[in-house]
Amino acid sequence: MKVLVLGGGPAGLYAALLLRQARPDADVTLLERNPAGATYGWGVVFSEQTLGALEQADPVCYRRIVDGFVRWDALDVHFRGERLRAYGHGFAGMSRKALLEILQERAAELGVRARFATELADLAVFDDYDLVIAADGVNSVTRGRFADHFGTTADTRTAKYVWYGTTRRPEVFTYIVRETEWGTFQGTMYPFADALSTFIVECPRDAWERAGLDRATEQESLEFSQRLFAEHLDGHPLLSNRSLWLSFTTITNRTWHHRHVVLLGDAAHTAHFTIGSGTKLAMEDAIALVEALERHERLADALAYYEQGRAPVVEATQAAAFESLTWFEHLDRYLELAPRQFMFNFLTRSGRVSYEGVRVRDPRFADDFDRWYAQDAAGTATPMLIAPTPLFAPARIGELRVRDRAVLALGSDLGARDGLPGAAHRAALLHRAEGGAGLVLSDVVAVAPEGRVTPLDAGLWGDEQGDAWAALVAAAHERSDAAVGVRLGHAGRRGACEPRAAGVDRPLRRGGWALLSASALPYRPGGPAPRALERGDMDAVRDRFAAAARRAGDAGFDLLELHMGHGYLLGSFLSPLTNRREDGYGGDVDARMRFPLDVLEAVRAAWPQERPLAVCLNATDWARGGSSEQDVLATARALGRHGCDLIHVVAGQTTARSRGSYGRYFLASHSERIRAAAGIATLVGGRITSSDEVNTVLAGGRADLCLVDLPGLAEFDERARQRAAAATVAPATAAKWRSAGARSAS
Amino acid sequence: MRVGIGLPSAIPGVDGATIVAWARRAEAGPFASLDALDRIAYDCYDPLVALSAAAAATSRIALATTVLIAPLRNTVLLAKQLASLDALSGERLVLGVGLGAREDDYELAGVDHARRGRVLDDQLTALADAFEERGRRPLLLAGGGSAPAFARVARHADGYIHGGGPPRAFASAAAQARAAWIDAGRPGVPALWGQAYFALGEAADRGTAYMRDYYAFTGPFAERIAAGMLASRQAAIDFLRAYAEAGCEHLCMMPAVADLDQVELLADVVAEAGMEAA
Repeated sequence: MKVLVLGGGPAGLYAALLLRQARPDADVTLLERNPAGATYGWGVVFSEQTLGALEQADPVCYRRIVDGFVRWDALDVHFRGERLRAYGHGFAGMSRKALLEILQERAAELGVRARFATELADLAVFDDYDLVIAADGVNSVTRGRFADHFGTTADTRTAKYVWYGTTRRPEVFTYIVRETEWGTFQGTMYPFADALSTFIVECPRDAWERAGLDRATEQESLEFSQRLFAEHLDGHPLLSNRSLWLSFTTITNRTWHHRHVVLLGDAAHTAHFTIGSGTKLAMEDAIALVEALERHERLADALAYYEQGRAPVVEATQAAAFESLTWFEHLDRYLELAPRQFMFNFLTRSGRVSYEGVRVRDPRFADDFDRWYAQDAAGTATPMLIAPTPLFAPARIGELRVRDRAVLALGSDLGARDGLPGAAHRAALLHRAEGGAGLVLSDVVAVAPEGRVTPLDAGLWGDEQGDAWAALVAAAHERSDAAVGVRLGHAGRRGACEPRAAGVDRPLRRGGWALLSASALPYRPGGPAPRALERGDMDAVRDRFAAAARRAGDAGFDLLELHMGHGYLLGSFLSPLTNRREDGYGGDVDARMRFPLDVLEAVRAAWPQERPLAVCLNATDWARGGSSEQDVLATARALGRHGCDLIHVVAGQTTARSRGSYGRYFLASHSERIRAAAGIATLVGGRITSSDEVNTVLAGGRADLCLVDLPGLAEFDERARQRAAAATVAPATAAKWRSAGARSAS
Repeated sequence: MRVGIGLPSAIPGVDGATIVAWARRAEAGPFASLDALDRIAYDCYDPLVALSAAAAATSRIALATTVLIAPLRNTVLLAKQLASLDALSGERLVLGVGLGAREDDYELAGVDHARRGRVLDDQLTALADAFEERGRRPLLLAGGGSAPAFARVARHADGYIHGGGPPRAFASAAAQARAAWIDAGRPGVPALWGQAYFALGEAADRGTAYMRDYYAFTGPFAERIAAGMLASRQAAIDFLRAYAEAGCEHLCMMPAVADLDQVELLADVVAEAGMEAA
């Protein structure tokens, strides 16, 4: 077998030597355009997991590499004058130069014919080989030549970064946030040899320009960085080795092989350096490729096997790297977090480490964090000896104290008749209240008959409904210490629909009613058109909301949430997609929020002063032409000024064409942004299904309360069963509950 | 988990007698459905016609399109065909719909490929109305792996049908379908269906060759997809168990060869894996 390897980096060298080791009869030639001793990086990092694979692949090489390692287990974050440390983040670093020397030496021992300082003259020579391994890096010439076949995408980011070395040797991985007059700079430093460390400086493009770095020479940039991080360099210099400002490019390929040419390492894929996985992925590629060649006789089968095995791993790493890259690009979003919370957010940024992951790595850090969180939540200066996890740290919303931070909501289609909550409402409410939720939210309760989405929705437009809800709330209060909140809404143009069993937004075939919205636009093309609210309608709707709020107060609800999201009536005013008014209630964001704020004020006045008021708000319409981020943040701030204590962050559904994405806690980043920019507490849901996910969202300061998805109720169900078992020996309570039930049914 | 078996209607050269014999054997076995693929630009049978043939030869087993590329068809005519098949088979139709992966199918049908998602959304609205009119709605599943596909499941369908892949990929897609469902405010949970290819025993090599041919349009992915075909009894047993573990309710096992003994081989796998017998 005749093999040509292009590129003498870790991927190419390792593939070449493993191939010779597996097939001593193979003729392996490696071409590298740089001289043997030249390298332009400083240190490389490995996670512990990689090492097992390396040991199996070639024990000799593995021992030499491990001998050259500098290991660290801790991670320091320097943020706003504080230094925080977490243990258990085991990594090993080594000099890229030393790694290459080991691989070169081993390749020579195994009979790889390596030619350095040699450019590939002509791609036509590919025909002389059975296999061409293109490990020629992020700017791969080979990949470029067959770009159509590989389906390459290159996503170049705007942030600027530069790699330096330094003789300063920190004990541990060190991450520094440095706020300056030009913007926020970040420094990352880790040791890789006895007397050398890597030091990466990164900043947003605008900060880079403001600081004049776009015009600075290599030396000027180095001196600038040295001054900026003088405190952390402790008198040591930064060292340059062709260290120039770069922009990171994420490379993806639809496929990694074409005929007998296969891509390896950075040529095939890149992942942002902040998760330190480039060298690891490259060397794992080499191992997988040689294993595939051993397993399959036919080259096409082997290359397919290689790609099939590696693609999911690489895609997962790239997804995590993208999260990390996004985090670093939006650093400003986190600057107002308390240092510990900033640290927690940093540790969990890529989605690969959760709250439990942090705890397993460093229980003392997690305990310390929990104590801080609980103390901060309690607003006390008294240090706590033991503290619950964030989920069980009581929350305060206005004057309301909620015993834990899991919120459960009643499902839809519970079968109310004439807006009266019935047996299904009672069962669902009690199940959730007894199941351990700190706060149970009702389904969306209509303020008027024509404000219902479907004829089965509950309402609060009459005294009879107020009495029915009062009985339910009393029962929940009697049986648990959960707070109970009501969500008040008006469906607007999404009203008069069939029940949701067979889909949503299907207009009623019989017994529909006239719809109202900010403008006379149907929810979906060809659907029934609403009438635009006139001045009189607006007053009537406002009064309906206020009357319902008064009834909700009388019914004993602990919290009221006003629904301004999901394209319902109030939401239809907020989005430019649905509000085309020209009467002072449409136009710019201030005009669009005018009517919803009028309603908020009326509701605030009608709702007991000491009880908290929440607003459900769309963070995005998930549709082109929808509310901008600036609009949403301006609205959130205005809500805060008008007496809103909590924003329930939702997204989409503004129009039938709204399209979101449904990854793990997919609304948390929106919540995080609103919470940071508007300085207001948030409640967020959206694929939060376990206590670990709740804790991860809370600990990172992404929200203050979490709405848990129902399929994740298993653990709550278990507690509900236990409580139900306990309740059977308390006949007095049961009797009270039955009488409450009888009241609600009457 | 229930297990369905695909009709060999997308394997070139299969005759009607084989389709009917296959359906009869499946009806006798532990299978919960007979499933049919849809493709225009390939030597295969139309799924609704193939399922009609199977319907005439069976009386118990469900008849599922997995999946029907609805945008290629006129909506009114499709609604009529679906209603006919459902009624004539004794209400055994399960309707899985999707966008397909081939642009040439759209070219042949004269349908704008770029608007396919919108077309399907509107079709689902129209089909739901037609089912309502008739008074019976077959189980309606929507497929796909993109965010709009999950939103479509939540807005219009009764459940999700995954396009195939390792159990981990199914679990990840199912979690997204569930999240979209809750986000849209649907009550209950979506039905979750999966699909996989098999060719057991000595037929495995022929099966792999078929897979490469059927998926040739995906270029290098054909190898990947072919490598995912279940070729041994043990691999199939492990796969069924892993899918059940991942939350799949109904797995459609699509044949890569039309040998009749494959039905018995698969029946044995279903029993051995401890799956629900229909």
